[in-house]
Amino acid sequence: MSNADQYAVMQQRPEISGLARSVFADADKSQISGVNPVRLNEIQCGHIVIRGLENDIKDVVQSQLELPLPTEPLSCYQNDAACIRWISPDEWLVTVAENETHSTEVKLRLAVEGYAAIVNVSGGQTLLQLAGEHAEEVLMKSTSYDVHESNLKVGKVVTTTFAHTQVVLRRLDTNSFELVVRRSFADYVFAWIRDAAAEFGVDTY
Amino acid sequence: MLNIYCPFCAESRSEEEFHYHGQAHIVRPADPDACSDEAWGNYLYFRANPRGLHTEMWVHAAGCRKYFNVVRDTVTYEIHRSYRIDDPQASAL
Repeated sequence: MSNADQYAVMQQRPEISGLARSVFADADKSQISGVNPVRLNEIQCGHIVIRGLENDIKDVVQSQLELPLPTEPLSCYQNDAACIRWISPDEWLVTVAENETHSTEVKLRLAVEGYAAIVNVSGGQTLLQLAGEHAEEVLMKSTSYDVHESNLKVGKVVTTTFAHTQVVLRRLDTNSFELVVRRSFADYVFAWIRDAAAEFGVDTY
Repeated sequence: MLNIYCPFCAESRSEEEFHYHGQAHIVRPADPDACSDEAWGNYLYFRANPRGLHTEMWVHAAGCRKYFNVVRDTVTYEIHRSYRIDDPQASAL
């Protein structure tokens, strides 16, 4: 019996189009005009959490995702197909294209040996991108973490408090950030960021 | 607001990311059936309340969600050390 057979791996995303609805479907996406607006948009992708011991998972991630396992705290590795982020010493967050989620989950499950958990959490969280010259200032209003580029360097991943909830924050570029937020808080975070960014203007798309 | 060093994230974070989890290094009696009521009562209910250095557990609740120990001065609030629970030098204050 293979590992994949031992557990229920469910294709959570039916192939029928039109069933999946963005968590921001009802959010206010109207433009707030400003001289140099920040850009806020949702990236629809698959989220997979890997938990287990470093040594059980390292080779699986290397062979299946063609990425090294980030073992340094607050680090990540990325290629065209996937991004893997360090969350804790025994937890990693992988994002892949939405239509690759199920196949990625299955291939990781088939390859992994030992004591590990691989779970598709796409239904529980979503990913936002915040960009623009004032994006950093918007974050400064929202989190107590030091988001200056000297501390939050490009590629650094931090899980921290954000607007009375939590976020997995990553700097993509000098002026661009990625935020993984809980789905049930996503609407609230979206509205919070729009409010925080209103003085600069907001483009949502 | 305290600035607490998380030994797993390897950096200091704001206190709001953490939760306090009581006194550290409390050892459960090896054989609860055989220990006296007093020893069991002490284990369950009695905690140190020092004026000065105190070893305590904290959890990085809004971060990596790992538990670790902190040596903190209850008078000055100064944190002397943060270390992993499996640190071999854990018991040396």
